[in-house]
Amino acid sequence: MLHALSLGLVLGVLWLLLSGYFVPLILALGLASVVLVVFIAHRMDVIDHEGQPVHLSWRIFPYWLWLLKEIFVSAVHVSRVILQPRMPIRPRMLNLKATQHTELGHVIYANSITLTPGTVTVELDDDNLAVHALTKETAEGLESGDMDRWVAAVEWETQLDQLIAARRAELKKDE
Amino acid sequence: MFVAAAIAVLVTMLLALILAIKGPTVYDRILAVNTFGTLTVLLIAVLGFLSGRPAFLDIGLVYALINFITTIAIMKFFKYSRLGRHSGEDLGGL
Amino acid sequence: MALVLDILSWISILIGAAFCLIGGIGLLRLPDVFSRMHAAGIVDTVGVVFIVLGLLLQAGWSMAAIKLLLIVFFVLYTSPVSTHALAQAAVSVGARPWVVDEDDEPTEKGDESSKT
Repeated sequence: MLHALSLGLVLGVLWLLLSGYFVPLILALGLASVVLVVFIAHRMDVIDHEGQPVHLSWRIFPYWLWLLKEIFVSAVHVSRVILQPRMPIRPRMLNLKATQHTELGHVIYANSITLTPGTVTVELDDDNLAVHALTKETAEGLESGDMDRWVAAVEWETQLDQLIAARRAELKKDE
Repeated sequence: MFVAAAIAVLVTMLLALILAIKGPTVYDRILAVNTFGTLTVLLIAVLGFLSGRPAFLDIGLVYALINFITTIAIMKFFKYSRLGRHSGEDLGGL
Repeated sequence: MALVLDILSWISILIGAAFCLIGGIGLLRLPDVFSRMHAAGIVDTVGVVFIVLGLLLQAGWSMAAIKLLLIVFFVLYTSPVSTHALAQAAVSVGARPWVVDEDDEPTEKGDESSKT
């Protein structure tokens, strides 16, 4: 239910932003289309915590900023490698172990690796990642495990939030 | 300044096109087409500002989404040789 | 103030355009499909972010700004997924990345592309 509401809210805000009309008829049509889409998504059984990660902690926003900085740093590095006439690339495959506990954590980690220029996740099997790295530096940056710890921290905060919410609900029931 | 950005994006599109034509494997070509699509989104956005018509951005938005679906669909087609289901699976699965 | 914003946005657009060109050059120079993905990654992330940032500074607070942010959001969300799908599809048909083990030996730019 929470996920359906969140999907409807996202769709509604998106519709309002993109249409820019505030006439009753058009608004009603927009509302109808939002309801229709939520209904179809419900019938397709795709409304769940994966499509609507409402439980993710606020820590995801500082992580995004850190990730943008990281992307910029490695993009500069890869650009310098590409522009050198001899092109000193050392392509290699790495096998990494993700320390996150949930599937969502693994996917966030794998996609962050792919998003950073210089490293691409080739395979993701449970918590084993096969990563293709372009140079020694990018490989070492990944092996230092900073990104892994960041994602694990985001996930851990998320789990903490969930635990606190569950405990609160329990306490409320007791009263 | 917009003109310079548009020219840079166009030149990069040309490079991607060269890769799409000469790329030795089919995956090089798919990669080139994917990059070409991303650059098209950029070009549409820049052209929208160049001609002072912000409505271009809506087209860019839709193009970004279609580009993703195109890449996934082509990949699925080359991997499984059909779009409807995995090879060797029953009908009914995705 | 407007002039400062203009200059900032020009710098940003120029940086983005430069990264796009570098990515395009990398697409042609790098030896196999897996290393080319890194060059495409530059275009998909830094090129898009900087050019759109420049346009954003030109747009100011308007509908155009929201749409530009949505474009960045969608591109940053979809590009790793398609890159990963591409890498996985290439591996699943038997393409193996060209790998250099020695750290100190200079790399030859051999066109030892992966087989299909």
